[in-house]
Amino acid sequence: MAELMYWEAIRRAHDEEMARDPLVIAMGEDIGVAGGTYKATQGLYDKYGPERIIDTPISENGYTGVGIGASFLGVRPVIEIMSVNFAWLALDQIANSAAKVRYMSGGQLTAPVVVRTPGGTAHQLGAQHSARMEKVFMGIAGLRVVTPSTPKQAYGLLKAGIRCNDPVLINEHELMYNMKGDVPDAEYFHPLEGSDIARPGKDVTLFGYNISVHWCLQAAEILASQHGISAEVIDLYSLSPLDRAGIADSISKTHRAIVVEEAEAIVGVGSEVMAIINETCFYELDTAPVRVSAAHVPIPFNHTLEKAAIPNANDVVKAVLVMFGKA
Amino acid sequence: MSQLTTADKKRLLRNMLYARRFEERCYEAYVERKIGGFLHLYPGQEACAHGVIEAARPGHDYVITGYRDHVHAILCGAPPKEVMAELFGKETGSSKGRGGSMHIFDVAHRFMGGYALVGGPFPLAVGIAKGIKLKGGDEISMCFLGDAANNQGSFHESLNMAKVWELPVLFVCENNLYGIGTRIDRSTAVLDQYKRVCGYDMPSNQVDGQDIDIVYAAAQEAIEHVRSGKGPYFLELMTYRYRGHSMSDSNAYRAKEEEQEWNKRDPIYILRDRLIAAGELTADEYSDLDKDILQEIETDAIKYSEESPEPKIEDLEKYVLAENDPYVHGGPK
Repeated sequence: MAELMYWEAIRRAHDEEMARDPLVIAMGEDIGVAGGTYKATQGLYDKYGPERIIDTPISENGYTGVGIGASFLGVRPVIEIMSVNFAWLALDQIANSAAKVRYMSGGQLTAPVVVRTPGGTAHQLGAQHSARMEKVFMGIAGLRVVTPSTPKQAYGLLKAGIRCNDPVLINEHELMYNMKGDVPDAEYFHPLEGSDIARPGKDVTLFGYNISVHWCLQAAEILASQHGISAEVIDLYSLSPLDRAGIADSISKTHRAIVVEEAEAIVGVGSEVMAIINETCFYELDTAPVRVSAAHVPIPFNHTLEKAAIPNANDVVKAVLVMFGKA
Repeated sequence: MSQLTTADKKRLLRNMLYARRFEERCYEAYVERKIGGFLHLYPGQEACAHGVIEAARPGHDYVITGYRDHVHAILCGAPPKEVMAELFGKETGSSKGRGGSMHIFDVAHRFMGGYALVGGPFPLAVGIAKGIKLKGGDEISMCFLGDAANNQGSFHESLNMAKVWELPVLFVCENNLYGIGTRIDRSTAVLDQYKRVCGYDMPSNQVDGQDIDIVYAAAQEAIEHVRSGKGPYFLELMTYRYRGHSMSDSNAYRAKEEEQEWNKRDPIYILRDRLIAAGELTADEYSDLDKDILQEIETDAIKYSEESPEPKIEDLEKYVLAENDPYVHGGPK
């Protein structure tokens, strides 16, 4: 078990898969000679050359479509979109080509691409560089959506995404590339469906994904040490499909639910998790589920306003205390 | 460059007439409500697909196109009865009834599909060419789209990438002068589409798309360029569609005089009259050929489509995702 940074784990997954299969390629803006904005392909241009580590023009919809077209012939492209905000431009090819081609060809043609892209609000990047788009991708039939919260997941989800025959969107986070964590030394494929129990507990379930898992874990620690509340943290690393059984299992144990998301509440992960709870285990609830979400605003530049728009661990603690009548 | 022989021309005449009658029969089936949804027909433009694909290696080279796709699929080798059954929405259709008229696929014959977002296939065609290059084959990627698709950003993005990476892709622009119902001079700053390609330093040509001998000659030159590893090529074919953009189009935006002028340059009649003038065909032989084709479409494509089963409702969610993919659950055990 080695401790790696999140970006190092992603780089290792690229390197292992490219060494194994000459049809695995990576493409995106600045990923080659420049080494990648977040270093996810650092050094690989020198190792695999320009035909397989492809510096693309700034044409997000175009090069995403090129990767999809290549995948029709058995190529396994890892398409990096430098910031999820630019994926709005690539939505036509992701939604209309990659996600639908298996279905509308009656199973003849598949698009086994990985689209990797960091979302989330970093520090003062302004409204057009702070989007969280997972809710958009989750609604597209034919597309898998996963979002790693740890270096181990970042490594194992990319490995599995490259091998899987479906298009897989991997939602990363700009603030998480330097996060450290243990990654198995041996080759490892993380499941693309399901959820992880990041911390077991019995009084309330905190559902998180990607960065919000860490807010939930911090909150659970505070709740245990200062308030005597045992919170279970469920890591929803698969956003499409969501783990209906895993969500119901945890609620059947804790009977209370809080969904924590960095995105706006409207039409989001929280809405969907709460709907699943209603559909699968409503009568297990002791109280109404709650969402902890971002403000419904374009993310402001001003640092104070930006912090106010995005939830944090203290917001999660407060929501739990209100739920338990302690605040 | 080779010339078409008389035998080639007779075969092409039959195939073009077949395509014409096939599409007209689709029209009738649509009116009879046996075909639903959108239906975009090809009459008038037959020499474009037939001339280019005649110069290529159908079934070996990859073809991708937009929603006016029935004839291109058949020319790659898709059985016409399966294309017709797809229009009928049947399980025996090319795409098992899941695609419809705009989404014919026959991957075994390397017909990589019809797509219904205008300009959507451009980057896919470039990606197919990238795949060919990575795998080291001698195939080429061919992308057939209309003039109006060139006003999408994907056109410019894709031509740029095709050229900067020198990929084996042939862009065939079937310029029928209309983008849905808007005439080209009302939507497009540069009318000659081949001129727009100079911005990407790509060789291009513009020829008469109604005369299959001319199309074939120009396509041979274009395909030779692409297959020999010299990079992409853009071929513009001047043509005209007889019907509206789709069946839901009243065609009221075009002058009757304009339609009559183009009717005089019918690609099938040009070839037929050439063969008759050369003493290779008689009017009676042509008439018999037409009757044979009409009969064949009824006994083959229509009968098969009418008698084929509907997809099963329990299969509604089949083909959304891969079935039993081990990597969904942590890899092979």
